[in-house]
Amino acid sequence: MSIVEKFMTMEYGPAAEDPREALAWLDAHQRRFGHFINGEWSAPAAGTYFETADPSTGEKLATVAQGSAEDVDRAVKAARAALRAWQALTAHARARYLYALARQVQKHSRWLAVLETLDNGKPIRESRDIDIPLVARHLYHHAGWAQILEQEFPGHTACGVVGQIIPWNFPLLMLAWKIAPALATGNTVVLKPAEFTPLTALAFAQICQEIGLPAGVVNIVTGDGCTGELLVRHPDVDKIAFTGSTEVGRAIRKATAQSHKKLSLELGGKSPFIIFEDADLDSAVEGLVDGIWFNQGQVCCAGSRLLMQESIAERLIGKIQDRMNTLRIGPPLDKAIDIGAIVAPVQLERIQRLVDQGVAEGATCWQPSIPVPSRGLYFPPTLLSNVHPSSIVAQQEIFGPVLAAMTFRTPREAVELANNTVYGLAACVWSESINVALHVAAQLKAGVVWVNCTNLFDAACGFGGYRESGFGREGGREGLLEYLEPVWFKQAPPIHATPLAIEQPAETGNEDTPPIDRTVKLYIGGKQARPDSGYSMAVRAADGRLLGEAPLGNRKDIRNAVEAARKAEGWGKATTHNRAQVLYYTAENLSQRAREVAHRLSAVVGKKQAETEVRLGIERIFSYAAWADKFDGAVHNPPFRNISLAIKEPIGTVGILCPADAPLLGFLSLVMPAICAGNTVIVVPSEKYPLITGDLYQIFDTSDLPGGVVNIVTGRAAELSKTLAEHDDVDAIWSFADEASAALAKTLSVGNLKQVFTSEGRAIDWFASRQGEGRWFLDHAVQVKNIWVPYGE
Amino acid sequence: MTPPDKTPVMRDAGLDQRSATTSGAISPFDTAIAQYGGRELQPNRGIPLNLDRIDAVRVNTSAAERRAQTLVTRRTVKKEWQAAWLLRAITCMDLTTLSGDDTEERVRRLCAKARQPIQQELVQRLGVESLGIKVAAVCVYHAFVETARRAVEGSGIHVAAVSTGFPAGLSPLPERVNEIRRSVEAGADEIDVVITRAHVFGARWQTLYDEIAMFKNACGPAHLKVILGTGDLLTLRNVARASLVAMMAGADFIKTSTGKEAVNATLPVSLVMVRAIREYAQETGMAVGFKPAGGIRTAKQALEWLALMKEELGTSWMKAELFRFGASGMLADIERQLAHFATGRYSAEYRHPIA
Repeated sequence: MSIVEKFMTMEYGPAAEDPREALAWLDAHQRRFGHFINGEWSAPAAGTYFETADPSTGEKLATVAQGSAEDVDRAVKAARAALRAWQALTAHARARYLYALARQVQKHSRWLAVLETLDNGKPIRESRDIDIPLVARHLYHHAGWAQILEQEFPGHTACGVVGQIIPWNFPLLMLAWKIAPALATGNTVVLKPAEFTPLTALAFAQICQEIGLPAGVVNIVTGDGCTGELLVRHPDVDKIAFTGSTEVGRAIRKATAQSHKKLSLELGGKSPFIIFEDADLDSAVEGLVDGIWFNQGQVCCAGSRLLMQESIAERLIGKIQDRMNTLRIGPPLDKAIDIGAIVAPVQLERIQRLVDQGVAEGATCWQPSIPVPSRGLYFPPTLLSNVHPSSIVAQQEIFGPVLAAMTFRTPREAVELANNTVYGLAACVWSESINVALHVAAQLKAGVVWVNCTNLFDAACGFGGYRESGFGREGGREGLLEYLEPVWFKQAPPIHATPLAIEQPAETGNEDTPPIDRTVKLYIGGKQARPDSGYSMAVRAADGRLLGEAPLGNRKDIRNAVEAARKAEGWGKATTHNRAQVLYYTAENLSQRAREVAHRLSAVVGKKQAETEVRLGIERIFSYAAWADKFDGAVHNPPFRNISLAIKEPIGTVGILCPADAPLLGFLSLVMPAICAGNTVIVVPSEKYPLITGDLYQIFDTSDLPGGVVNIVTGRAAELSKTLAEHDDVDAIWSFADEASAALAKTLSVGNLKQVFTSEGRAIDWFASRQGEGRWFLDHAVQVKNIWVPYGE
Repeated sequence: MTPPDKTPVMRDAGLDQRSATTSGAISPFDTAIAQYGGRELQPNRGIPLNLDRIDAVRVNTSAAERRAQTLVTRRTVKKEWQAAWLLRAITCMDLTTLSGDDTEERVRRLCAKARQPIQQELVQRLGVESLGIKVAAVCVYHAFVETARRAVEGSGIHVAAVSTGFPAGLSPLPERVNEIRRSVEAGADEIDVVITRAHVFGARWQTLYDEIAMFKNACGPAHLKVILGTGDLLTLRNVARASLVAMMAGADFIKTSTGKEAVNATLPVSLVMVRAIREYAQETGMAVGFKPAGGIRTAKQALEWLALMKEELGTSWMKAELFRFGASGMLADIERQLAHFATGRYSAEYRHPIA
């Protein structure tokens, strides 16, 4: 009878994946785990444990150690101790270890997938078909990088001991994204998995043991946010890599501001999903399923903001609702389930709260009439329509299976709405016109743009955000750079250890007629401007003689300069050939005035240095003019029929604080790479010789540099730096003036999480071209956008 | 969700509806053969050619392939459900012999297998005697229509004839039309025709529409299954456009392939066709059937295609009136899987009677 009945109804039955192997592994550990430090399991020093549970049933899976200061310290020490031997290995040896890790993950793929699903609640289909294969792929890819590292990154060295903190949404995948590049580049690691999902990281620790990875190279310390904070604040950690919420990202930026820890943050998102009227609508709807109903919507790059062209909105909503009616929500170990359980009660509450708020603000909430299990943490797939950009559900990251739908009229409006967010992690564009798709993709502020596809990832393609979605990339060449430093930089002496060699001031002319009084002004939007304050500051020569007055810029001048810089954004869209021409012309004009510029500068730095600064300055401009049309992106080959364009885009508006030791050369060494890459800048010249401004703007004015590309505000660096660092329309700070203002810039950068580039307290020899120019600066001047374009007919 | 289809499938419902449609006097409710989105759908009567609709077709190949690829990893059926689904697959089969060496005896053997596709002992073990499992149709060349009709008499099994210069479809149009008439007269109640692929390549939609409409007219009460030759059409957009034209012209089924092309039924092609069927149903209120043919040989594939139908069109499309497998080799594998389910042991092919 039972088959007859099933023949009539043709429903899906249960299709549970067997969890026995994974549970047996937990049992083999008596369901209790210590930390994995120095290649061994060890009980937490404080003896504290916490529980991790299966969110689909609430059943306890295991107890896990709560990492204390002592535990973190032991782990960091183990990593530090292992560093030298790990780096002493050949690249090939490190490649073998990574290869073994990849192999081992593949061999144990089902065990890891089941364990992931048990701990996290994501459907087994996803952990089996997406998470774990991507883990293996990441390890393989980086085994390759380890092998060829020295050839591909000559003159680079590892950061050292890396602290890594990962989220609960893709536990093992995020671990692989962190550990693979770190090990490939010769770092050692202390990793803290998320409190809700520590189990696969502990399984990975066992794999490290199995392959005989040298003790201390990978250490896993479990715990909550406090453990993470201990790791972030540990003084012997050289780099922090974090994936998680923007809120915590901010806290980490602040906590590391006073240190020289290198930092990469992969944070939240509110990614737009744009559907044009000429899209393949059925496929776009399927894209949404992979976008917002993937991993219960607990995806930082979830396509959570649907932007539909008005002409198709009604039809599309119908199609989306039809599709939502066929989604299946239920036990994540069931192989025919689309939506599993939400990771924790607190997350479920947050989703409900935000949806309620959205509805209170006028959104229409639609949920399909599909069965939802009554036990366990489930949230039905949800469509919110009539959402406006100002609505909380259009602004805040919900991190749940909730789609907020809006309409647009034109491609321009689509871009405007898409970019109307503090985030910039990912975006989707659906259109069958390659013109429309690429035109829009180019304008989106996002680290990843998927054209006619969604949530594709690959180890070869960088992943990471613009704006408050963080900085740094994971995957590909740019991802490796996050774990490397130039050797010279690593070895550079502390900034205070190199006092300036002041030479005798140059002879000044002895004339009877007094010189004509010279008024140097600020340079804002291509115009000379008086300072808002109406004050000037005295500028003195090395011997104390008064050289003249420089305007004393204040916060309002900075405000005006930032506005001018933002308005000049078209510079970033100018052709690279055009930018090169302007730079060459600038060099030409500096060369014309070389003698007088050097003459005036010599009063501060001496004749010899002044002449060298001008000579090298011209060379430096030439270098970046040369780079302008050569620092280009890449085409990646992920394992799909697809091209992935890694495009280097300017960061935007960059505030630059110039170093004191070389007033002209330092200025040019920072401003030229920034504008070469298409950024517009607000520069604060060194307080030592701000009068250089007067020479520079005359040169810029005669060199066809569009107004607003370079804005110069003289004044007290500390004060101006503060305004710049706090300004939410400044996208990056390059702080090379002094250590204190660099640390301040880091602290204050949290407002919009602007990128901060500093010398980290090290002295840079601007006169040595190997240190003072090149890729290192250019890499900081761009952010990589990966545009995925599957093709085929 | 679409309410489960409570009607037992194998009660010759198809034939009853066929006469009802042509008489045109029955209320829509009675003639409903499917539901989509809560709406009752009638058999296809065709609509005037809508060129705007054809122009508006958009298919993204990579995205369609991705959906096809992941759809089958998103769904699976196990145990009793799998057995039920496999039985359902049998009832949706057009058991086919289209070989140059076909003989009347060979066709009679095929018909005997069609009547009793799985061994009686297995039927009893599964406890499905009441379902009276048999295949949907036997599919033969015109020359064997009469033989087949006699052999399946009284069983409710349809007799399908491939027609119109199968498989190339390039004989003169009047001959192709006559061929249909002769097959219907000989007792075929389903006619599988091939379209002129050249009309698709040349975007001669009106000519294609007229050709298919003429075939439909020649069919009279018989069901028209239109083979698009998707392996020849190559692009998914061509497949989608040809699907729409065929439905507008009155096709009762659209079918992927003759089984003779280099590439036959694939999931991406099938996905595009069933999406076209859905689109047409939503726009016209009429339901068209789907028949993937060629290259489907395993029980696993049968389940994949059924899942495709369920996901994209709903449960009401998972029955012989609206879904057929054009297959000759699949039945043997299904039988073996059913035997495995019933006994717990893996079976051998020779243990099951061949057609």
